Amino acid sequence: MMLRGPRKKARLLFFVFTFIFFALYCSLGHAQPVSSSHLIDNAQRYDGRSVIYSGEVIGDIMPRGEYAWVNVHDGQQAIGIWLPRKLAETIIYTGNYKAKGDWIQIAGIFHRVCEEHGGELDIHATSLKKIQSGYFVSRAFNRSRMNKAVILLAVLGCVWILRHLIKT
Amino acid sequence: MLIKPRLDNLRIIGYYLGQIIIHIGLVMLIPIAFGFVIGEPNPAVDFFIGLEIALIAGLVLTKLCYTQKDPSWMQGMVVVSLAWLAAMFLGAIPLYLSGHWRGFLDACFDSMSGFATTGLVLVQDLDHLSFTHNLWRHLIMFIGGQGIVIIAISFFVKGLSGALKMYVGEAREEKILPNVINTARFMWLVGVIYLVLGTLVLAGIGLAEGLGLKKALFHGVCIFMAAFDTGGFAPNSQNVMYYHSFIFEIATIVIMVLGALNFHLHYHIWTGNRREIYRNIETVTLFVSIMVTFLVTAVGLKHSGIYPQSLVLFRKGFYQLVSGHTGTGFQTIYARHFIADWSSLSAVGVLCAMALGGAVCSTTGAIKMLRIGIIFKTFVQDIKRIILPEKAMVVQKYHHIKTVFLEDKQARSALLITLAYILLYGFGALVGMYHGYPFLSSLFESTSAGANVGLSCGITGAHMPTVLKLTYILQMWVGRLEFISIFTLLGFFIAAIKGK
Repeated sequence: MMLRGPRKKARLLFFVFTFIFFALYCSLGHAQPVSSSHLIDNAQRYDGRSVIYSGEVIGDIMPRGEYAWVNVHDGQQAIGIWLPRKLAETIIYTGNYKAKGDWIQIAGIFHRVCEEHGGELDIHATSLKKIQSGYFVSRAFNRSRMNKAVILLAVLGCVWILRHLIKT
Repeated sequence: MLIKPRLDNLRIIGYYLGQIIIHIGLVMLIPIAFGFVIGEPNPAVDFFIGLEIALIAGLVLTKLCYTQKDPSWMQGMVVVSLAWLAAMFLGAIPLYLSGHWRGFLDACFDSMSGFATTGLVLVQDLDHLSFTHNLWRHLIMFIGGQGIVIIAISFFVKGLSGALKMYVGEAREEKILPNVINTARFMWLVGVIYLVLGTLVLAGIGLAEGLGLKKALFHGVCIFMAAFDTGGFAPNSQNVMYYHSFIFEIATIVIMVLGALNFHLHYHIWTGNRREIYRNIETVTLFVSIMVTFLVTAVGLKHSGIYPQSLVLFRKGFYQLVSGHTGTGFQTIYARHFIADWSSLSAVGVLCAMALGGAVCSTTGAIKMLRIGIIFKTFVQDIKRIILPEKAMVVQKYHHIKTVFLEDKQARSALLITLAYILLYGFGALVGMYHGYPFLSSLFESTSAGANVGLSCGITGAHMPTVLKLTYILQMWVGRLEFISIFTLLGFFIAAIKGK
């Protein structure tokens, strides 16, 4: 049907823009990272869907052939990420007592019960972006605690001496 | 008439308690040395403070209460129950100093959870905890599983009668060797030999699955201590899910089952009497019980349709079932999924397994297989009495190391302890429900605490009410010591107040 008149054109433009706006809104909505607790609590809803998840790489990178496992903790819980080994090579720091791990954002498919990995809840990553690089945590020697230990050692010494004095 | 405890009674209790406190403190030398070797001086100082406090308390007690007398039954039981509380406080000191627990109560919770081999945790940011503190978390499981008092008996108790009373007080009923001190040493021998072998196996698997050598060894030793002593802690927040490894899960299943077997049975297997495995009432009951509870769990899981593949259903369902039945508490699913994703039937299957437990004289908690076996035999005997002619002599036997004729006093004892456990589980569930948690979740978590399992459906966390934390600590303590020592301690306090 041919469109006639400026009002009909304006209406058409309105619908087109509205459609584009919603399409962009929805795609941006999915582009927002999802928290681990939200994924775990709503595992059925997200099963098989593309998700974006971000968090700190903790523990170890465990290579398995062409792929690798990394565990990513977003401050609530940790989720196992299955990713190509090449992507894993971009991770420098993993979180432990002596280091803050790289903060990464991964995009991938979420599995509530992964058939490939014996029913694990995991994410198969397709892309990885390093948001913030990790670093070694330098921990200064805690002198105030050491002082307390020395005071306690003195008390212990006194108790030890008193034990022997009372005995004799 | 209640007799008020005399000063002499308190001296004996104080002296033996002091000795045990010193020995718990000396165990902290291990993390101190470890901390300095791997370059973690601050955590090492935390343990140094813990060691000093333990030594001061122990030396003062042993000096003030010095005695050469052996403890009586009552005194032995009181010593054991107080020793476990002392262990909780001392074990919590370095944990609290690490800054990874919100308060001293939370540190005490994890300390009791470790010593009682439960596995429920309130730790914050576990993935950044020092290796030294992490080693301690697992070491206390090893000590608690073997028995805190077992350490003391192995090293300092000279009088056999005193040793026996404390040994029994720690929920150990059986002597493997004629001498209770040798029995205690044998249990340590078994633990240490399995520790070396198990660590090597787990470290080998860890290495093959992508961990570095040092990490593989560290994870191997930690996971072994948590598995064999049916504790359930793990060095990382994801527990066993961290490893993403089927073979690692199989290895831990084997270790968990070994930990759930009677030390007496280990002795017979080691000395060549392998037939005992098939004949013993405990192993037979454990096998049947695992099969029945797994059937319930599997039917529930199949019905819910959560795991469409049979192999996946078996891997997830069987692992959680064995982990619960042996009282370990390793998890390969997220805590919330027990209630949110699994059907009620499958959660009840695991709950029943947790409530039943492993063998007596093992590292597990809960009702235990010997009692379940005896109760079953008693039912069979009663049914026979009804069916057979009145004049018929009904004799029921069972085989536990040797063939034993079932007597009424054994049945009564088994039923009483079973009833006490059911009440303990119910008590925790009521407190949970009072705080607004649903019935099944409350009962699940309460059973896990009371049976020293450690599986969680999501209630346990630093955010939970203080009353619930105290309730679970009480349940873990009472459940581990199997009531008698705790009741004796209560009686002692009542006598101190009301006695003449």
